[in-house]
This record gives sequence, C-alpha cells and structure tokens, in this order.
Amino acid sequence: MADVGHRPQNPLVIDKVSELKEGELPPEGRYGDNILVTSVDKFLNWARLSSLWPMTFGLACCAIEMMATGASRYDLDRFGAGVFRPSPRQSDLMIVAGTVTIKMASRIKRLYAQMPAPKYVISMGSCATCGGPYWKHGYHVLKGVDQIVPVDVYVPGCPPRPESLMEGILKLQEKIKQEQTLQRKLAAIGRSEVKVPDFAQDHRSSGHDPHVPEGNKPS
Amino acid sequence: MPTEIYARMRARFAGQILEFDESTLNASIKLAPAVVAEVGRYLKDDADLQFNYLMCLSGVDYGAGKPLGVVYHLQSMTLTHQIVLKVELPRESPSVPSVALIWRTADWHEREVYDLFGIRFEEHPDLRRIFLPDDWEGHPLRKDYVVQEFYHDIRVPFPDLDPDRGTYVFGSPGGGKQS
Repeated sequence: MADVGHRPQNPLVIDKVSELKEGELPPEGRYGDNILVTSVDKFLNWARLSSLWPMTFGLACCAIEMMATGASRYDLDRFGAGVFRPSPRQSDLMIVAGTVTIKMASRIKRLYAQMPAPKYVISMGSCATCGGPYWKHGYHVLKGVDQIVPVDVYVPGCPPRPESLMEGILKLQEKIKQEQTLQRKLAAIGRSEVKVPDFAQDHRSSGHDPHVPEGNKPS
Repeated sequence: MPTEIYARMRARFAGQILEFDESTLNASIKLAPAVVAEVGRYLKDDADLQFNYLMCLSGVDYGAGKPLGVVYHLQSMTLTHQIVLKVELPRESPSVPSVALIWRTADWHEREVYDLFGIRFEEHPDLRRIFLPDDWEGHPLRKDYVVQEFYHDIRVPFPDLDPDRGTYVFGSPGGGKQS
C-alpha cells in the first residue's frame, strides 16, 4: 500500500495504481467502490440500525430513565430499539446505565464478550462515563466503563433524561450508517490479512489471475 | 427502663459492664468486649428483658489514636423497650465474639463490619467479605484507609491531570489503555 502521505480519502480504496511500489499488487483496486458492494453495505447497515436489541442492563438510577425511555411515553420502539433482552446472547447493544463498581467490572467484561458481534456500547450517565459523583472518594467505583469495554456513544447527564438517551441511540444509528463491513472485508482480503483459498494464491503467483487487469500485473 | 436494665446487667456481670450513658437519645451501656456474646444471650433469654430483635449492628472508627468500636441496637418486640450496647476494640487486631448465633440477622451485619472495618468476629459461622471482592486490600471505612492504586490492572483512584499532556492518564501496570 502507498505510504500515509499519499493515502486517498477513503483508506479502503486505492484508485491510484501508479502509486504502488514496484512488484506490489493493487490490493483492493479490483473491488473498488462498486455499486453492488456499497449497496449491500447500505442494506446491512440499515438492517442493523433499524433493529438494535439492547440488553437489560440497569445498574443504578439511570436504569429508571432507561425504563422510562422504553415505556409508552417516550416509546423507544419508534427507533426499533425497544426490545430489551435479558440475555447478552440475544442483544447487540449494551446500554451501561448506572454506576459501575469495580466488582461489577469483570462481570461487564464477560457479558460484553458473550454478546454476538456486531455489538455496540452506550455509556449512559456520568457514573458510567467517568465515575460521576464518585470520581474522587468512591474507592469502589470504576472511573469510566471505557476502561474495560469499547464505548461507541457517551450520553451525559445525571441521570440523562429519556430524550438524551434517545439522542444517543440516534447518534449510534448514524454511526452504524457509516460502516463499511463488506468493503473492509474485501480490502482485508486484498491486503492478505484474511486467509484466501489456495487456488487464488496460485493464480496470482503464476501471473494468470483473470481478475487482475493486464497493466497491473507484477513484472 | 434503661437504668433498670443497667442495674440488672451490673448485678449479673459484675466488673464487665463499664459505663452507662443516659445523656444521648438512646441510653447506652459500654461493655468489656469479651462478654458480648454472654450478655447478648442473657438479654435475649431473660424473661424480664426479652431482647429478641437486633435492630442494628454497626462498626465505628473513633479516629486516629482512638479505638474502633461496635454498637448494638437492641429492641424487645414483646416488652417494647430498647437499649444500646457499645464495645471498644484496639486498632491493632480488633476482635469481638460474634452474636450471629443469638440473633441470626447479625450474620450479614458482622460480615459488613468485617468488610469495611476489619473487625474480626470470633466464632462467626461464615466470616468473609460481603460487598468488596475477596482479594480487596484494606478496609475502606477505617479512617487510616489508603486506597490501592490498582485492582487487577484497573486503576482505582481517578487519575491526576498530567500537566505535560494536558489530559488525564489512565495507566495500568501492564501498560494498558492510555487516554
């Protein structure tokens, strides 16, 4: 791949084949930003963001606001995110709602590991984000859940009102909209980070890969 | 009446009943720690006292250079009178007989006091920490408590501002996350 200074705006797509070093295959130029892949990506993103299944994970008073968000007045189901699951195996969104004690930290880590990918985390409220009112003298409180799991969206407040949580979920949906699952996967195959079947390797090494345009073949 | 209860206890456990204080809202009696279980059994079983309910059992740290303490709030549901018992324990190796087998509710109360003050209750049926993880260091409600820096690679105190970087640094001994 070309060095960082020459990287195109979309790091997954290299269209300047001339910038490749000698003897280097164009990694993902073959797949490019074609209509089929982007459309499937858009479809996948739409499917994911339209039916987020949050895990029932109330730890403290934020959970009351989370329940209010899911209940009839605020109606989280409007955004397809109202199906609170009792099991991490069935959920793809963890709303960490409340104070995370250090004893709870290892449990959260395990629950997060038990969720099937793709999975997302919303850190709801001050406590989950940075320790909240316990930041100084709370010997037992984890100072930010991002120390143990990757957080996608932080929702400030103590506790945040339902509108804030819904805003957080909408922000997460926007984030999911940007994902490029298939493009990334194909690009990874191009960079040989993903193991490809042997027959493809054979084609390439023997210079008879029918998918590589004539001018791009290694000399 | 608290004075009556005090007089009865004086008669029964001469020399072990140290002080009587009626100046506060709840009259309290200070005991020698060694006789807590015997006194408890007596207070519960005596027909004229019948203290069948332990309302509260708490630990106290009276401050630097002063002892630790345990306070028992007793009530008789049948005779509707109350009394408070207090014991003082040395800061080094604080230990007192358990009353968990007299009032079953004391089981978890004593575990809590052990967890947060490090006071040992002899002959307690199951004396281990109740809130904090088993491998936690120290007893947090003691006034000489110093919080540990790390618990299994998780930084416990909120980090100080790093003036060079202008950010808060969450380091871990294993070179973990920095932000």
